[in-house]
Amino acid sequence: MLVVEDVRFSYPSGVEALKGVSLTVKDGEFVAIMGQNGAGKTTLVKHFNGLLKPSSGSVRVNGVETKKTSVATLARNVGFVFQNPDHQLFSETVDAEIAFALKNFGYEADVIEKRITWAVNLLGLTQYRKTSPFMLSGGERKRVALASVLAWDPQILILDEPTIGQDHRQKENLRQFIMQMQTQGKTIVIVTHDVEFVAECNPRVMLMREGKIVGDGAGKDILTNPELLEQSSIVLPQIAQVFTRLTSLGYPKNIIDLYEARDLLIEKLEKRRR
Amino acid sequence: MPIIETRNLTYTYPGASRPSISDVSIKVEKGQFVLITGPSGCGKTTLCRTFNGLIPHFYQGELKGEITVAGQDATKHPTYEMAKHVGLVFQNPENQLFALSVEKDVAFGLENLGVSREEMRKRVDWALNLTGIYELRERSPHEMSGGQQQRVAIAAVLAMQPEIIVLDEPTSFLDPLSAEKIFEVIHEFNKKLGITVVLVEHRLDLTAKYADHIIIMDEGKVRFDGDTREVLSNEETRLIGVGIPKATLLYEMLKKDGANLGNVTPLSSDELAKMLLEAIHS
Repeated sequence: MLVVEDVRFSYPSGVEALKGVSLTVKDGEFVAIMGQNGAGKTTLVKHFNGLLKPSSGSVRVNGVETKKTSVATLARNVGFVFQNPDHQLFSETVDAEIAFALKNFGYEADVIEKRITWAVNLLGLTQYRKTSPFMLSGGERKRVALASVLAWDPQILILDEPTIGQDHRQKENLRQFIMQMQTQGKTIVIVTHDVEFVAECNPRVMLMREGKIVGDGAGKDILTNPELLEQSSIVLPQIAQVFTRLTSLGYPKNIIDLYEARDLLIEKLEKRRR
Repeated sequence: MPIIETRNLTYTYPGASRPSISDVSIKVEKGQFVLITGPSGCGKTTLCRTFNGLIPHFYQGELKGEITVAGQDATKHPTYEMAKHVGLVFQNPENQLFALSVEKDVAFGLENLGVSREEMRKRVDWALNLTGIYELRERSPHEMSGGQQQRVAIAAVLAMQPEIIVLDEPTSFLDPLSAEKIFEVIHEFNKKLGITVVLVEHRLDLTAKYADHIIIMDEGKVRFDGDTREVLSNEETRLIGVGIPKATLLYEMLKKDGANLGNVTPLSSDELAKMLLEAIHS
């Protein structure tokens, strides 16, 4: 469990990026943190694995306060995948990249081998095991960064802007992957601007603005609240945009799912035909 | 005469085993808003690099076929000459910005064009306002966020007012509302000034509604090329893994279930909502 209590954080430049944030993420939850550029999203999640320590307030991961623990210890429980994979990758081969943290955690060679095999299979990287990560495409490098974190099996997984630069098919794979992690009881936190991706996944959504959390709830409720979204510089997902224009027909506003939309609409359209 | 025309264009990067674009023949008419899309690695970015001569002048490798841009053979004219006709906004703004202040970065291209100081001042302010970064004009682009840098790169190209603007995923780091505002600015630019726009994008939900014409690429080849509504209503596009706008998909599902919504494929939520209101009220 992740418990954040009244966290404030200022960068050395004096900019206060977090202005009193409190939240709880339970084990197995899937949370999307959204909001405009500079709202404090990345600053917030960097507190979850101790990369940043609060100026005041506290962050506790499974009961342990991050201020009193090293990043290395926290990393066992919290895996962090950066927005830009190049800030994370440095090894000569994909295999070595994934093995790095496992070695640091003191796993035996045969366990390391098994973990690598598992991770590259899961992310479709088997053919690149002996390849340099820097020879791979941006999308593939992102998957290597993800594989290297997954391999040590952290309970909490943080993904910063995982869909940037990913095409439609890769996003669908990512969605499937997140669902699979969820069935294993992992906690997933993503930071993203991608409203359509969030609408498809329908996680719990936290909306940030100017260093504070201004909305927190089910995706289908937060993503269909135009006033709240506009303040955070987010647009409604396309299905929600359609339904906000159909309120005169007596439809609920909080629809973001394509199939639910179809079922609701076809009923009225069929009545018309009869 | 088309403002961009390629004939059987094939290009292989140095050391690559196969071409990144292969036998590409396309035409972009003056004043069109053209969207180029397709899965990662399909050759979109490579194709854009031929429009201002970056390929073959800066990238070695093997280029075959012909390319004419604004009446010039882009393989024969150096990039600085092509830059008078074509403004390019790259995917990664860090590669494009180099000056010490936002203002200087935006003015740089104008200095090279030999624009008068007075005109330069006017155009720089205009572009900074349009992209919402006027307040940041004295900041260094390298201290800014990815989204802000993208605005600077777009402002720099708008200020040049070239005949053609080519934008390669220009808003990937921006939040959705800011991205939408930028696309609105570019669309207005296209409609009011008749400037030809070529936009490379994955996110058709945000951009399909602006495009008169769409080109879908896959594995270096052009797979679809035509009117945006016609192409996106073709179900074969689904096999390539292109993110069709949800409004378009919903319309199709309803039609398949027998709803009578007319034959004009919607590209935006506005268009679909209007159709639904008419169909249900009538």
